[in-house]
Amino acid sequence: MSDWQLWEVFIRTKGGLDHRHAGSIHAADAEMALRHARDTYTRRMEGVSVWVVRSADIVASDPGEAGELFEPAESKIYRHPTFYQLPEAVNHM
Amino acid sequence: MYTTELDKSPAGQPVTIEDPELLAKFEARVAADDFIEPKDWMPEAYRRTLVRQISQHAHSEIVGMLPEGNWLTRAPSLKRKAILLAKIQDEGGHGLYLYCAAETLGTSREEMIDALHSGKAKYSTIFNYPTLNWADIGAIGWLVDGAAIMNQVPLQRTSYGPYARAMVRICKEESFHQRQGYDLLLEMVNGTPEQKAMAQDALNRWWWPALMMFGPPDENSPNTAQSLRWRIKRETNDELRQKFVDATVPQADLLGLSVPDPDLKWNEERGHYDFGEIDWAEFYAVVKGQGPVAQERMSERRAAWDDGAWVRDAADAHAAKHAARAAA
Amino acid sequence: MDKPLFNALLQMGDDSLVLGQRLCEWSGKAPTIEVDLSLSNLALDLIGQATMLLDYAGQVEGEGRDADRLAFHRDAELFRNSLMVEQPNGDFARTVMRHFFFATYASALYEALSKSSDETLAAIAAKAVKELRYHSEYAAEWVVRLGDGTEESHSRMVKALDWHWRFIDDLFEDDADWAELAERGIVPLRATLRGNFGKRVAQVFGEATLEVPGEVWPLTGGRQGRHSEHLSLVLAEMQVLPRAHPAATW
Repeated sequence: MSDWQLWEVFIRTKGGLDHRHAGSIHAADAEMALRHARDTYTRRMEGVSVWVVRSADIVASDPGEAGELFEPAESKIYRHPTFYQLPEAVNHM
Repeated sequence: MYTTELDKSPAGQPVTIEDPELLAKFEARVAADDFIEPKDWMPEAYRRTLVRQISQHAHSEIVGMLPEGNWLTRAPSLKRKAILLAKIQDEGGHGLYLYCAAETLGTSREEMIDALHSGKAKYSTIFNYPTLNWADIGAIGWLVDGAAIMNQVPLQRTSYGPYARAMVRICKEESFHQRQGYDLLLEMVNGTPEQKAMAQDALNRWWWPALMMFGPPDENSPNTAQSLRWRIKRETNDELRQKFVDATVPQADLLGLSVPDPDLKWNEERGHYDFGEIDWAEFYAVVKGQGPVAQERMSERRAAWDDGAWVRDAADAHAAKHAARAAA
Repeated sequence: MDKPLFNALLQMGDDSLVLGQRLCEWSGKAPTIEVDLSLSNLALDLIGQATMLLDYAGQVEGEGRDADRLAFHRDAELFRNSLMVEQPNGDFARTVMRHFFFATYASALYEALSKSSDETLAAIAAKAVKELRYHSEYAAEWVVRLGDGTEESHSRMVKALDWHWRFIDDLFEDDADWAELAERGIVPLRATLRGNFGKRVAQVFGEATLEVPGEVWPLTGGRQGRHSEHLSLVLAEMQVLPRAHPAATW
């Protein structure tokens, strides 16, 4: 006997913050997915806004390629403010 | 709520020969307390053990709703009714989080539920004991959730990311479960003589099953070493059981209730309580599904799932029609 | 004592209490875990409403009774809930149909009550109306899914409708006490809510491919304490501990 499809739930915990992944739920349609997300993940006032997306629609990077994908950024140290040594007088810049 | 891993049956499992290089890398990551995520490479035995353990844990949450649900409609005040309903609802939520964590390993919730209903999968032995009076609701919160917390807190650092994250959420939510149970019993032991007698009766019946929740003794727990190495388990059954006894006995004293164990006494030298022998024959019988209300629990779960089939089908059918109409 | 107000609070409080108690029976038995959680949330809202309304009823009465005293130590004929809420849950279709009718009625009622000249009642209603609007939407979506879903679900919904349609008049009945309160500006006449209720039902049934039934012989009496066979059984279960141990607190 069938179970409903899987959805991923993202919750904004308060105004001004990003939505963050909270977990998943099963639901037959989008309205139901929102209701189930609310009833499952905001029972303790954890959220002010909810997103749901079909799990099947998520495109994920391959962990096997994590080296090629993410390590090249490691050497770009000039992207970080601490790379630049400025005189004391302006160092709060 | 929690179940320790119960149906260890390495015999009969196909042995997968793993790539030694990948395996070594994996072991090193786990040893360094790194988290393993769903799409990462993992040994088949790790995957299998996790699916079994997480789904058993999920089943325990879901079946665990039933003994408390037995008193929900008879809760003696509106406050207690709301507290109990919220707690049972949390357990459903925890089951749901855990099924979802297990699903990331490639087993669908439906398959796991089928395994439960066919008797293939296990769940915590504790839920195959009956709830006979209102104080049992207190005893479940105090002892069963107390034991569960002992088990679950270390699992927040378990090596599998989705499981660890589910456990973080569960532990946070469960912090009220044990307290409400103790609070319920406090009210009863300070109440009428009948209420106090109910509380003692509940402790008498739940004490030993609670100790059994930690699983078989370490010498009969053959997979413990591997599970500890893989950070699927973080402390042994006997360590956790001792911790539970040490924490709980003073709480019983405070309630003015006596623990039903003539061998229980403080051991100054060890710095722990010594306690009597658990009836392991009973434990293994209950694991095998012969607990006092095992049949009631399973038939209730099966009925809920089977009676809901037409609802699940109808919602899917409506969604499909709706999508077709939108596309047209 | 303001007897009309006391009776009106019992009518509302008992509706929430008995329906909340009925929904508790679903715990652990719903079609999926998610639905189980949703039904529990509905029940928790209702129990919260019942507590506030019955506590206030006790205050109005002025004899030291609180919500628990009124909930657990009153006989069935002193309950003032509508006949619909005490009906057995039946299958999920019947539970959904009942909830749709009740929440659609109650959300309109509490919306009007949030402007009541009685401040305490207005405050309770302002909280309850948000909850009940959610209930009404939630249940309406399910009416549509099940009405439109499969042949089986449609036929179950037709049966559910047949079961509950008899009790609509009872749900909306304005007894003499209620009418007096309406005159005093404390409550709206329920009859005034009926038009919008009918429109909403027709709209949702349209989406659900269900037909609005014709006239049936209405069953009434709940507001005066004349109940169906079901209520005393609900109460026997709910009240067993406080009745068996009258000296105990819990």
